[in-house]
Amino acid sequence: MFILIVGAGRVGSAVAKQALEAGHEVSVLDTDPLSHERLDRDQSASWEDAGGRFTVGTALEVDALIEAGIEQAGVFIAATSGDNTNLVIAQIAQRRFKVPKVVVRVADPGRAAWYGEQGLITICPTQVAIDQATRVALATN
Amino acid sequence: MYVIVVGAGKVGWNLARELIAKDQEVTLVESDHRRYRIVEEELEHAVQYGDATELWVLERAGIQRADLVIAVTGDDEDNILICQVAKEKYGVQRIVARVNNPRNLQHFKLLGIQPAVSATDLILRLIEHEVPEYGLVQLLALEEERLEIIELEVGEGSPAAGRRVQDVPLPDGSLIISVLRDGAGFVPKADSMIEAGDQVLLILDPGLEQAITPQFAPNGASPNG
Repeated sequence: MFILIVGAGRVGSAVAKQALEAGHEVSVLDTDPLSHERLDRDQSASWEDAGGRFTVGTALEVDALIEAGIEQAGVFIAATSGDNTNLVIAQIAQRRFKVPKVVVRVADPGRAAWYGEQGLITICPTQVAIDQATRVALATN
Repeated sequence: MYVIVVGAGKVGWNLARELIAKDQEVTLVESDHRRYRIVEEELEHAVQYGDATELWVLERAGIQRADLVIAVTGDDEDNILICQVAKEKYGVQRIVARVNNPRNLQHFKLLGIQPAVSATDLILRLIEHEVPEYGLVQLLALEEERLEIIELEVGEGSPAAGRRVQDVPLPDGSLIISVLRDGAGFVPKADSMIEAGDQVLLILDPGLEQAITPQFAPNGASPNG
């Protein structure tokens, strides 16, 4: 499976490494060339030696998405630090490039819920933290 | 009419001011606290502080009863999402979005955010309006309604010059709606004469330009050729 991940932050880079280790084709797109370091860390070989792809570019630029391989992608993960960027590029991946599976990280629980109802697979770290904290805090023992 | 304007930059602030002067009910939403304080000194309760890409901020601004939402922040993603949520989640009838980077216009269109206003495009239109060599100026494209309004100069010796409006052979789906002559405009009747040098405005179904322009081109030549 070909997986395109936009945003090589903590989440994006960790998912990228795990997917590559699991034997998938993985391409990462980030605006910051230095973010490449996160992909190399804890590995004997560099990201490219290990078989990964890395493109420097802005996800709103269609040329950058194409260079990173969006036309071949079976999975698209929007994991930049910005909710708004993630929600826009996820919809571009879904509607324009018809990527079969689109996953988007949204920190804002309200919009994560609504866009989830609109057909995006949304992951909301804030909601996970809320649920967990509530469960722990209200646990009786 | 109740209007929510998002983004209190130069565009948003002036827009809010104009709308208030025209007796419209306006709420301006600004996410930068320093900017908000400055604008609040003039607009007082008509401006609210918050990030309008968050649903509760829009709800606090009264989006459920808004007739028009105008997103004019400096961030294209924000403008897209504010308008998308306004239209699709809250059923706001009319939206207007600002395009900061013309390269992003395609994304606004893809996600159905119309009209999307790009300052760069508007300035280009103005230039075209001032430079008649272009021959045809597209003044307005109503994409959802599938109509366009264009402006054409009536060329010397063109088929339309010296004819009455009713005798200009135009395709079905097009209509001459105005004639501009010597700095004044009028709405023509069927028997109004069209003269060389006039500017005419036509309303038409998109795609008819090719059939229309030869009627106004000098000596039947293509105006762009």
